[in-house]
Amino acid sequence: MTLSAFLFQALNGLSTASGLFFIAVGLSLIFGVTRIINIAHGSLYMLGTYIAYSFATKIGGVLGFWGGILATALIVGAIGALIEIVLLRRIYRAPELFQLLATFALVLVINDATLWLWGPEDLLGPRAPGLGGAVEVLGRKLPTYDLFLIFVGPLVLVILHFALARTRFGRLIRAATQDREMVGALGVNQSILFTSVFALGALLAGLGGALQVAREPANLATDLVAIGDAFVVVVVGGMGSITGAYLAAVIIAEVKALCIGIGVVDFGFISVNFSKLTLVAEFLVMAVVLIARPYGLLGRAQATVRSIAEPEEPIRPATPMLKALAVTVLALLLCLPLLAQSSPYLLILGIDVLIAVIFATSLHFIMGPGGMHSFGHAAYFGLGAYGAALLVKWLGVPMGLALAAAPLVALAGALLFGWFAVRLSGVYLAMLTLAFAQIVWAAVFQWEGFTGGSNGVIGVWPPPPFDKSWVYFVLTLLLAVTGVLLLRRFLFAPFGYAMRAGRDSPLRAEAIGIDVKRVHWLGFAIAGGVCGVAGGLFAFAKGSISPETIGVGRSIDGLVMVLLGGIQTLTGPIVGASVFATLQDTVMRQTEYWRALLGAIILLLVLAFPQGIVGAFAAIWRKGKIEKSEGAS
Amino acid sequence: MSSAPMLAVDSLSAWYGAARILYDLSFEVGRGEVVALMGRNGAGKSTTLKAVMGLLAQRQGKVRFNGDDISALKPFEIARRGLGFTPEDRRIFVDLTVMENLDIGRQAPRTFADGAPAPSWTPDKLFALFPNLAEMPNRLGNRMSGGEQQMLTVARTLMGNPLLVLLDEPSEGVAPLIVEQMASTIVELKKEGLSILLSEQNIHFARLVADRVYVLEKGQIHWQGSMTQLDNNPDVQRAYLTV
Repeated sequence: MTLSAFLFQALNGLSTASGLFFIAVGLSLIFGVTRIINIAHGSLYMLGTYIAYSFATKIGGVLGFWGGILATALIVGAIGALIEIVLLRRIYRAPELFQLLATFALVLVINDATLWLWGPEDLLGPRAPGLGGAVEVLGRKLPTYDLFLIFVGPLVLVILHFALARTRFGRLIRAATQDREMVGALGVNQSILFTSVFALGALLAGLGGALQVAREPANLATDLVAIGDAFVVVVVGGMGSITGAYLAAVIIAEVKALCIGIGVVDFGFISVNFSKLTLVAEFLVMAVVLIARPYGLLGRAQATVRSIAEPEEPIRPATPMLKALAVTVLALLLCLPLLAQSSPYLLILGIDVLIAVIFATSLHFIMGPGGMHSFGHAAYFGLGAYGAALLVKWLGVPMGLALAAAPLVALAGALLFGWFAVRLSGVYLAMLTLAFAQIVWAAVFQWEGFTGGSNGVIGVWPPPPFDKSWVYFVLTLLLAVTGVLLLRRFLFAPFGYAMRAGRDSPLRAEAIGIDVKRVHWLGFAIAGGVCGVAGGLFAFAKGSISPETIGVGRSIDGLVMVLLGGIQTLTGPIVGASVFATLQDTVMRQTEYWRALLGAIILLLVLAFPQGIVGAFAAIWRKGKIEKSEGAS
Repeated sequence: MSSAPMLAVDSLSAWYGAARILYDLSFEVGRGEVVALMGRNGAGKSTTLKAVMGLLAQRQGKVRFNGDDISALKPFEIARRGLGFTPEDRRIFVDLTVMENLDIGRQAPRTFADGAPAPSWTPDKLFALFPNLAEMPNRLGNRMSGGEQQMLTVARTLMGNPLLVLLDEPSEGVAPLIVEQMASTIVELKKEGLSILLSEQNIHFARLVADRVYVLEKGQIHWQGSMTQLDNNPDVQRAYLTV
């Protein structure tokens, strides 16, 4: 590549950076003050592009385009305020993960609302009136609009910087980012502050999306792509630093642009297609930054957040009643093959549910008792599934061996990734696990020669007698029960106590001689290994495995299952996985708008049962007991 | 007391999770009075102040302030009625300068229930009260000493022109010189007409400032009386205060 082509790509990168910056900075501001990680921020960005498209095409002209962009920013800001008032305000006291779940539900709802309003086609807006031409830079034509975008980002950065430094609103944002409770105790109405900050963040995202209208088509997949990029930018730049957000946006956009620009490079012994690395490049950058600077380039260690959620109850061994219930359920499940003779679908559903149970229980193991919020549990599912499938494909090993290898492959991956992940905590840990999962996904997706690329691996069917679904069901049941009991055993062993001690107070745990990092690392690895079993079972149950089944969607499904059931109990993930997998297999397939339906169900559950399904029943049960004992005394 | 008390607390209880911390506390602070809640570490002093301020979600009981029932209000609403709060761990905003910290606490001047104006504060007036702060208006919070932070906490609360201040352990963790300064500041504030409820372990400090004392242990009030009575009662001191 020539130097001028190189520089030209760099310019291109700068104009992309502005868009990334707009969404990342809003995300960062909102997180700082409200401590909510707004996964729906990418959706607000996407909405911005769609609304601006409507203004630009329906009204048209200079007013429709430029006026439309401003109006869009205001509209999206108002939508943000509405979201905060109607939904988020009710769950500030809920555990952090519940808030994540709620904003994820918004992603689903907004995506389907957009589909309903604008349809599934990509919509490319008109050229920007006044900036439709191109200027010649380094012998190439750079659209004037891109040049404009290059300057808009830094301009907004400067405006925000001064607003934060010089206005009372800015001071309040900075103060609340550190200690919002104290700000309240000094007479500041937090509700108004939170709503305004959320509206501001949404406005910035809407503006960023609207500005893309003349550059890229409005597309329904933008929401998750944008939020993924924005997470990376915020984490690389440092949570809460707006300058860091811009810096990181530039770095990420440049790395991507250069990967595309470099193209295929022949190293003599091997040729690497760099443009294929774009999917993984940003996550590699993030992984490197997080390992070198755990709080991002310009971030600082966060002051310990004053948790306003209720302290977590200790987990308790199963009561005799629960044990009896478990045995009953198990007996019923064993009878399922008999009941299912008339409807074989029931067994397929049963297998799906049991695989989900293994997946969710292993995720809960590190999220609940380990306190490590993994956003990339799909990685270990994928490693298990691909490990088993590829052994069958390339070496023709029998199913038993492949299923035994699945957890080992996942364990190896979890040992490697976990070693890095346990060095971080909170949001940063979540993001790093997401990065690792994306790397696994991208590797599988890009390495066509070995993994089959986007087609995946097919023809991984179980041999007789396991080709009968009832036999495979019993095998799955056996492995699921073993997996769940194994994880329980770990939790009630000294190892499990150490893991919880490390979660509740790392300092005190270290002081009594627990190597917290090592314990959490092993916990991470154990969870990964058990999750690999789910992956292996999945590959043989479906007869195939493909990249989309191990993508970020699966990680999020896992989070939803765990949170749905309730993170504070051990039965929670089992119930959550069962409910979720059943809903997914039945209701979701009935409607085109299944995302909105799922989102609505999640929102309803979040608002009605902020402790998860099992948590809610446990709370009612406890309350009843307390009232009884107080009435007696 | 002839007039209605500024702050009247009636059977206040509070919980952290399942653990009950306060048991039916009842106490009062009269207008212009300095009252000390005394007791050892863990007796429930800070929890009491936080519960009065509305900072504990799980609380029960009635709190009347300046003639109004504030039991069910949110902390910011309580602060806006003129109840100031300075936490023991100071909690100043470390990324903000002294002036910016003061600005966060700013509220409009207010009056007592009988219409008399409450003492009102400006940065200049506060700098006269705390000369140390006057020397560093643009210093960031994280570059200040513990004593300076303690003064800033009090000054920040006073910017809200409160009628009554909840002072949580003003003498804790600061140099002896600052402790003395704190004591004279409290006396000064009392002269301005402010009422003060402070939590304190140190009887020497309380002796310098307090009119009356409630002694707490395990979340219950075990003794109450004037400061002079406590001074002359070595039994109570031995039972609940000395370490």
